[in-house]
Amino acid sequence: MIRFDGVTKTYADGTTAVDDLSLTAPTGKITVLVGPSGCGKTTTLRMVNRMIEPTAGTILIDGQDTAAMEPAAMRRGMGYVIQHAGLFPHRTVLDNIGTVPRLLGWDRRRTRERSLDVLERVGLSPDLAGRYPAQLSGGQQQRVGVARALAADPPVMLMDEPFSAVDPVVREQLQDEFLRLQAELGKTILFVTHDIDEAIKLGDQVAVMRVGGHLAQMAPPARLLARPVDDFVADFVGRDRGYRALGFRPTPKLPLRAEPTLVVGESPSDMSGQWCLVVDDRRRPLGWVRPGDLRGPVTVADLNRGGTVAVQGGSLRATLDAALSSPSGRGVIVDPTGALVGTVLAPEVVALVEEDRVTQAEAGSSP
Amino acid sequence: MIGAIWTWLTSTSSWSGDDGIPHRLLQHAGYSALVLVVAAAIAVPLGVWIGHSGHGRSLVTVANSLRAVPTLGLLFALTLVLQPHLQGNTAFLLPCVIALVLLAVPPILSGAYAGVEAVDPAARDAAKGVGMRPREVLRHVELPCALPLLMSGLRSAALQVIATATIAAYVGLGGLGRYLVDGIATNDYPRTGGGAVLVALFALVADIVGALVQARVVSPGLTGKGRRLARVDHPTVPSGATAS
Amino acid sequence: MSWLGGHLGEIFQLAWQHAWLAGLPLLVGLAIALPLGWFASRNTRAYVALVTSAGLLYTIPSLALFVLMPLIIGTRILDPVNVVVAMTIYTVALLVRVVADGLQSVPDDVRSAARAMGFGVVRRLVMVDLPLGVPVIASGLRVAAVSNVSIVSVASLIGTHQLGDLLVDGFNRAFAPPLVTGIVGCLLLALLFDGVIVWGARVLTPWLRGGTA
Repeated sequence: MIRFDGVTKTYADGTTAVDDLSLTAPTGKITVLVGPSGCGKTTTLRMVNRMIEPTAGTILIDGQDTAAMEPAAMRRGMGYVIQHAGLFPHRTVLDNIGTVPRLLGWDRRRTRERSLDVLERVGLSPDLAGRYPAQLSGGQQQRVGVARALAADPPVMLMDEPFSAVDPVVREQLQDEFLRLQAELGKTILFVTHDIDEAIKLGDQVAVMRVGGHLAQMAPPARLLARPVDDFVADFVGRDRGYRALGFRPTPKLPLRAEPTLVVGESPSDMSGQWCLVVDDRRRPLGWVRPGDLRGPVTVADLNRGGTVAVQGGSLRATLDAALSSPSGRGVIVDPTGALVGTVLAPEVVALVEEDRVTQAEAGSSP
Repeated sequence: MIGAIWTWLTSTSSWSGDDGIPHRLLQHAGYSALVLVVAAAIAVPLGVWIGHSGHGRSLVTVANSLRAVPTLGLLFALTLVLQPHLQGNTAFLLPCVIALVLLAVPPILSGAYAGVEAVDPAARDAAKGVGMRPREVLRHVELPCALPLLMSGLRSAALQVIATATIAAYVGLGGLGRYLVDGIATNDYPRTGGGAVLVALFALVADIVGALVQARVVSPGLTGKGRRLARVDHPTVPSGATAS
Repeated sequence: MSWLGGHLGEIFQLAWQHAWLAGLPLLVGLAIALPLGWFASRNTRAYVALVTSAGLLYTIPSLALFVLMPLIIGTRILDPVNVVVAMTIYTVALLVRVVADGLQSVPDDVRSAARAMGFGVVRRLVMVDLPLGVPVIASGLRVAAVSNVSIVSVASLIGTHQLGDLLVDGFNRAFAPPLVTGIVGCLLLALLFDGVIVWGARVLTPWLRGGTA
């Protein structure tokens, strides 16, 4: 647990970067600091490992005052990931990862084994172990950065915009893998970003900060979307927050309709029929076809892949999106293996959304 | 003329005694090595400190502007000023060594400074953030990353010193320069030309050795095949580009 | 001071001579280095070959190169042409790489924009690559200029007359005025060359002036 108690940072020129900040980042959870540039989020993060010294207040890690710790030793016990990875260009990937274990005095062999292990954990091939950072893509460099932070298995991780410098597709992959990794490892993570979508996706709780280093609101993402405390937060979390909030509501049991299916190479029996779902040999949906458009058996080229697919029991947002995006109007629901379970219509999902809202309101625990 | 030079280079008398090629070559190499070691002992720590701390950048500027002083003038002036205060062998040696050190310091200083200065701030921040102490940051990150520029500074200093040590024969220093200076004075062209060939070869070999050492000590991550040959974002002007 | 007054004519004569010996190689060297550098900037193999051989030429100590010049170009031993050619070799050796890097420093988007607008190779070189490469080339030229002025003084040892004569004269007679005059003269000449190059680069790059400059 990381606890900020009345922490203030004022620079020599009189600017206040962080103003009387108190918050707690609970053990084993991801706490995201988010806000516009100049809101002091990075300063806040860097005060934890004393890269920046607070002017006033205390920061406690598991009850211990950081001011009393020796900075270098303390930093070795915390993972540290930064925006441009900050890999050491003269060291191989493996040696980069092994930095902290070596500083801690591990022998070469144990460091090497551990580094290889972590390399695979972050989804990189062991073939990359002997490469140098300049030979990696931006996304690979960030993974190595994460691996380096994890190498000595620190309980606490500090991450400063770790995924901001890579393109959106890679960023999404990195985020997903980061969540998967965190589900395995359960680190206490303080994560800084300027991207509210990233904050909402990754955070167990999100601290929105405003310029001048004030904490505007600290809440789990769903609550932040549902109940922004003021205009600043409302504005910052954005316009489609009602829709995004559905991402945090599980879909209750649905009355699914059975869907007639085709496989590639088959011809539909009813050529006049409306949209038809095409699946593969393991009943995983591939796309939709309209029999009237076909000039023979279904080929891969005929498929309309516009619809998204929702996993049964997933979020209301995903379920609704599956229905809204489907060319047939019928949202495709699959089981965890990806096999088709049935379809659902948008009005049915909307009815569920409304039902969910009423239940939440009556329970008085509306997020 | 080439034949005469060849004759001089291959005659046995050129290869024996105190004025023989082996002895002159050893002298030249000895002075150059001594000067480089002294200059490096001054300039490397200073340059690294300036690059590391950001203090005293003006020192680099001053050192660089000193390069405009003609080497011949510096050599003569120092010799005239110092010689009356010295006795015996040191009277010839010391002024030359000091002049050569003064010439070798600027390229090494700017190489060391620029090398450390150019270390990626993110790598430096990460080094500190993962728990390296200032000394460890210097040893494990800043110095290894500074090596390419530091080494090219050392190499241009070496060339500068070898070239100027040749001229220093005029003020009484030994080494290969003796053949050139004495040859010119006595109108002995074979000797002059032979000396010139030896000096050129010596400089070439020294630079090749420097290149080999550089290739060995610099991490492939800083120069390797994954990188473009010509870094267009750092237009390259040789850092010690005043031969003499 | 009295020495200076009595030798002004001679000093200017030597300075003029020095300016020629150091300056002419700069112009000739630039004229040779531009096409070579342009070629190197377009061809990786040529770049490696040219930069490597330039580096090797640059290792030859000046006094040795002066002395060997007659052997290579067949001049007389005391001919000032030896010095001019030797200095040109140094200048080319230094500038080839600078020109190649300078021409490559043109941002890719600018270059493709030029191509998209239908500029041919030569037009693009003259109207885009060269002007944008001016700052880098000028910085290389400044280094070459300062270095040339210093090296030329060494030519006194092989009997080519210029400001270096004052240094030798001062040293041989253990007499400070000519020595100091020689040093100061070289410094002023280097400063003058530097100023001319900086001015020239400014004239050629009007877009870099104004605003923050």
